[in-house]
Amino acid sequence: MSVIAPNFKFSEFVKSLLDNVFWIILIFSLIGLPAVQVILFYIEMPVIDGELLTPFLALTWLADPSRTLPILKAFMTTDLFRIAAFPGFGFAALIAAGTIFIERKMLAKLQLRVGPFYCGKIEGILQLMGDGLKLISKEIIIPAKADKPIFWAAPVIFVATAAAFVALIPVAPGWVVADVDVGLLAVFAIIGFFPIITILSAWSSNSKFPFIGGIRALHQMVSFEIPLILSLLGVVILTGTLNLSEIVVSQTNFPWIIFLPIGAIIFFITILAELERIPFDLPEAESEIVAGWLTEFSGMIYGLVQLGTYLKLYAFAALFVVLFLGGWTGPMIWPPFPEEIITDGIVMGPITAKIPGLPVFSQEMLNGVVWFVIKTMGVIFFILLPRGVFPRIRIDMLLSLGWYKLIGLAFVNIFIALGLLYAGVLGPGGIL
Amino acid sequence: MNKELPPGLALQKVDERIMTLNVGPQHPGSGHMRIIVQIDGDFIVACDPDPGYVHRGEEKMAEYRNYITNIPHLERPVIHDSCNVLYPYVLGVEELLGIEVPERAKYIRVIASELNRCVYTMYWLAIYGIFLGHSTMFMWPAGDRELLIDLLEKMTGARVTHAHFVPGGVRNDLPPNFEDVCLRQVNYFEKRIKEYAAVFYDNPILIARTANTGVLSREDAIRLGTTGSVLRASGVDYDLRKKEPYDVYDELDFQTNVLKEGDSYARSKIPWLDMMESCRIIRHALQKMPKSGSVRVKLKPNPKGKGLDSVYKRVESGRGSLGCYIVSDGKPEPYRVKLSVGSFRNLIALPYLLKGEKLGNMPSVYWSLNYWPVEADR
Repeated sequence: MSVIAPNFKFSEFVKSLLDNVFWIILIFSLIGLPAVQVILFYIEMPVIDGELLTPFLALTWLADPSRTLPILKAFMTTDLFRIAAFPGFGFAALIAAGTIFIERKMLAKLQLRVGPFYCGKIEGILQLMGDGLKLISKEIIIPAKADKPIFWAAPVIFVATAAAFVALIPVAPGWVVADVDVGLLAVFAIIGFFPIITILSAWSSNSKFPFIGGIRALHQMVSFEIPLILSLLGVVILTGTLNLSEIVVSQTNFPWIIFLPIGAIIFFITILAELERIPFDLPEAESEIVAGWLTEFSGMIYGLVQLGTYLKLYAFAALFVVLFLGGWTGPMIWPPFPEEIITDGIVMGPITAKIPGLPVFSQEMLNGVVWFVIKTMGVIFFILLPRGVFPRIRIDMLLSLGWYKLIGLAFVNIFIALGLLYAGVLGPGGIL
Repeated sequence: MNKELPPGLALQKVDERIMTLNVGPQHPGSGHMRIIVQIDGDFIVACDPDPGYVHRGEEKMAEYRNYITNIPHLERPVIHDSCNVLYPYVLGVEELLGIEVPERAKYIRVIASELNRCVYTMYWLAIYGIFLGHSTMFMWPAGDRELLIDLLEKMTGARVTHAHFVPGGVRNDLPPNFEDVCLRQVNYFEKRIKEYAAVFYDNPILIARTANTGVLSREDAIRLGTTGSVLRASGVDYDLRKKEPYDVYDELDFQTNVLKEGDSYARSKIPWLDMMESCRIIRHALQKMPKSGSVRVKLKPNPKGKGLDSVYKRVESGRGSLGCYIVSDGKPEPYRVKLSVGSFRNLIALPYLLKGEKLGNMPSVYWSLNYWPVEADR
């Protein structure tokens, strides 16, 4: 007789197991198999090494791990992989998770405490998963007089907008979800979308504190958008293009931060304000207006807003890297792929395995990703740092900073860029 | 139906521009109270503090317990500052019963009350930091406060709610080797709080944010009856430790910190400067304290007052003047105990200070008044 589960009976345990197995088989055969059939019918199968990938061939290749690499490679050229995994949503979410971990541990070190410690054994590395599980298991409470469709839609649109922002960021040469010629213009359009979502969610919750927070967020974002856009004009003037990949290529010799430091500083301050981070977290000032426009969110709706916020944080930091720090450019530090693996195969004792499809990624791409991640994490570190050092500022101080100081400095930056362009130092046909 | 309504029930004219916010009692920026704020855009039109959510009837409870059993519950209003809350009551009972306190006990009381003042001020400072969105200033004082709490635990046996002062002295003598430990911890503590200047008090954003907000002039501070750090931040040199010295404060070397500005920044700076003075007092008291001797006069089991008698004693607590009025009618229980606390006096200034301020200044002005909700409600 077990003390932990006094009513435990082995026969009932087996019965419940068989029960589960029965339902799994039933549901799979009734729904799963037809679904697979339908998907296979509609999807155009890739041609690998001259032969069409049939479901049977795919299964045989799954049984042989060395032959799955071509399938993976074929999958990586699809748009689905770029949007969902790399360099789109999955990669951004991974960096966002790393950001949250670094933020917690760094802030804890700054404040003489340990931070997350127990969850996941190693320095609380699984704390974020615990938080996510908690948020998922919580009830979603919606205010009785809220405008329910908009209240539900706002967090989803927020995440979608942040993901659209992520899609424009070039991570490595050729690795970008949406390589559009008006990339920077698209970024401005997406940034202009955030205050609308904020005020929609704040207004739809029909509550006083979110309303005040939403109005504050609206003021803050709209007034900091102007210096943000103006501060980037310097880069556009010097490169003569709006395509983000081409802007990165133009910085192969030196990053723009060397010639446009004022623009970089203005852009950094404005991204702090756009991200509502301390010292500009007035829309979420908890001692004044509880949690600002997030007050009425609960459960996974709140989790979605947080996810969107950190995706936005990654996207802004990556934009800073792309525009001012030279994106993926950097000295080659990734070791070259050992050629003998392709020619001779891998010797494992008596067996020599030849793996077709290697190398999966090119050396340039891996090196670019490493440099991009290093630079992005550096910028993210400096975005997180003020949280431990500064108190929150007041709305009038914020607006006077945005309208009086930053806009004026942004024009100084534009004049510097124009001077460099007409002096013939930089830009198309420049001496450098 | 044209009946005259009493003033409290009269219908107010509602202006469409004005929104009423209930800040509290369930609000991260209120404490155990409610501030009804009326705002026009970002400006506060009117403010009505509404304390009383943690009224526990301490004064009425004191009428049913005798002079000794009153000690543990009379320190509840501010458990972080429990020695200072108990101080006037103990001084009053000693005068009622006619007890002479040993010299060493007086020094121990001064050390304990100064340590307690620092503990309270650190807690207050931590909350002031988080009210301004400065999370480091929440964690640092909350951590450094542990140093002094450890000291007080060695001294009294409890981390908070010490119940250490009794009529006739203190409950226990100091543990062996306490003087050295105390000196070392207090020196380190002083070094730590001086570091706060770099991260908090000299922070340009903090100064820009709190300077010239909620200005209380010298005349208004006196007229509204504020005490303690609020009064001293408005340029009035008033400290009961200097003006009406009790126990051995007249023999110790310290000074009163006075600032002239009267704004939130000055009000938040005075307690921080006072903590350094407290460290000075503790060091001096440790030096001058008799190294041995009795710390407590033995009392009769159930002491009684001498007929109809009353006494009023006050001390300088962490939040200003704290008075205790005790009436005795010759029974073992006091006839009436009245606590006159600094928190409530300072809260009176809040509606005057917040009128016309921005909503963003509300937390800093409110908490710079050195207000402790539980003490005000008693």
